[in-house]
Amino acid sequence: MSNAPKRYGFETLAVHAGATPDPTTGARNTPIYQTVSYVYDSADHAASLFNLQTYGFIYSRITNPTVSVLEERVAALEDGRAAVAAASGHAAQFLAFFSILEPGDSFVASQNLYGGSVTQFGHSFKRLGWNVRFVDPTDPENFRAAIGSDTKAIFIEALSNPGGVIVDVEAVAAVAHQAGIPLIVDNTLASPYLLRPFDWGADLVIHSTTKYLSGHGTSMGGIVVDSGRFDWGASDKFPGLTKPDPAYHGLAFWETFGDLGYAMKTRAVGLRDFGPAMAPMNAFLTITGIETLPLRMDRHIANAQAVAEFLTRHPAVAWVSYAGLETSPFHALARKYLPKGPGAVFTCGLKGGYDAGVKLVEACELFSHLANVGDTRSLILHPASTTHRQLTDAQRVKAGAGPDVIRLSIGIETADDLIRDLADGLAAATR
Amino acid sequence: MEPLVYPDALIRRVLHAVRTIAMVGASANWVRPSFFAMKYLQEKGYRVIPVNPQAAGQTILGETAHAGLADIPGPVDMVDVFRNSEAAGAVVDEAIRLKDAKGIAVIWMQLGVRNDEAARRAEAAGLTVVMDRCPKIEFGRLHHELSWSGVNSRVITAKRPRMMR
Ligand SMILES: Cc1ncc(COP(=O)(O)O)c(C=O)c1O
Repeated sequence: MSNAPKRYGFETLAVHAGATPDPTTGARNTPIYQTVSYVYDSADHAASLFNLQTYGFIYSRITNPTVSVLEERVAALEDGRAAVAAASGHAAQFLAFFSILEPGDSFVASQNLYGGSVTQFGHSFKRLGWNVRFVDPTDPENFRAAIGSDTKAIFIEALSNPGGVIVDVEAVAAVAHQAGIPLIVDNTLASPYLLRPFDWGADLVIHSTTKYLSGHGTSMGGIVVDSGRFDWGASDKFPGLTKPDPAYHGLAFWETFGDLGYAMKTRAVGLRDFGPAMAPMNAFLTITGIETLPLRMDRHIANAQAVAEFLTRHPAVAWVSYAGLETSPFHALARKYLPKGPGAVFTCGLKGGYDAGVKLVEACELFSHLANVGDTRSLILHPASTTHRQLTDAQRVKAGAGPDVIRLSIGIETADDLIRDLADGLAAATR
Repeated sequence: MEPLVYPDALIRRVLHAVRTIAMVGASANWVRPSFFAMKYLQEKGYRVIPVNPQAAGQTILGETAHAGLADIPGPVDMVDVFRNSEAAGAVVDEAIRLKDAKGIAVIWMQLGVRNDEAARRAEAAGLTVVMDRCPKIEFGRLHHELSWSGVNSRVITAKRPRMMR
């Protein structure tokens, strides 16, 4: 027998990581621990728990046994050190930044992000004194040019929603590290099955688990995953991690917990004080969803490729942005970073513009007209009239959501049925 | 430097066999990592004896601190080194010198502490050496307790977890 620690494949981790049989009952599947609180063995045990000196459960706003199975599972799938789950992807983004930004700090973000993230960063974060600078992510040098002395992180969607843009993660990670700051990747649209940002130098990953991880459109959720590899103590840029924390009676998280410090701070202060905890039921549904992630993603991708190829041949369609098409300017990056396939969310442009877009979404029978991605069901959306409505025209075009744009999230149904539904819808839209 | 690889079975064996730990560099300050580790290991049933010349004679978590390893009255199974990598060398040599008198079988150097030269001397003297790890974290990891904080334990098993102590 070899001395090396055992390594398991992705599919094995998707089913097993974090989930041993229940120690008390032997229950093989992860139980839903639908409880708020947990008894202490003694006053001393309680004190140790509150001081973070011993591991254990106190209150489900901070930790819950069902939620922690999900956290470990996603940490394992991303090959990270630790993870902290949250009530939604947006809550996870808030927590990820809360641990590293002070009022007056800034971060640089790709302009090609989910529309809700553009609004969260540009408006709501601003009210906390966190300033964002958006840049075109297709040239990594744009990030470097936007970094100032107050900049504490770079944030990207490696595979972006909805533009089909793929960012050169390795190059952007190098820019971040030269500036002594972490690269945060929203890996929602790829899922760790298609892309593991830590393999390319990213330091933190966030997910909206609402999408492919839960996978069935059942449960809101988000998660922050730490690679454990960023040296927060190398500069004085991150006092929230390196200096004694008055919110935790003077504990310096980086010194006391080392490579677990970021995750501990995010949980023990961020989750504790702001409270966006994931519900155990949602964690359970997401754990169950993840078990079939590899199978689902393979089908999502095969279907997306077939639908994209159909659309490129359709006379009513002006362009298709799917990076799986050889004509895509991002095809080479897709081959490098997403060799199994560049996801199943992409956009196309209709020659008939805004009006044709509205007609198409209304005419489809099988595609659901709604704002979500990463469901087993195929979804269709006209971003300009829905998710990206609150942005200015210029921001919409920048974010890849102009008036003619249709966003598709291809599900795992029969590909021919999806193609027929779109063919019928396009016929109605051009009538 | 080569990355250090310790099979889970080795760590399990050490944590199972050891009863008494001399913690060199133990601190009475509750926010110090050594205090966290000492408190946790005590809760898991280990006897942890603090060694720290500055604290000699004081009581830390109910145990009297000693100036050096040689001052500890009874036997010691493992020496846990909470000093920097360079200072660890002298601690290891002292442990080697006392190994028969005290029954020392294991040298454990904390997370971030690594002294390959000292490790070679200790192994040549028949001691088991673990470096750049924390016994609190390893105990928690192998007993699935670290998992409660969303940490990737890298332990995969379809067996019901059992506490080794
Ligand atoms: C890429 C991406 N990031 C973040 C989010 C926000 O996640 P949630 O809706 O779970 O808050 C979404 C939601 O659509 C998304 O698509």
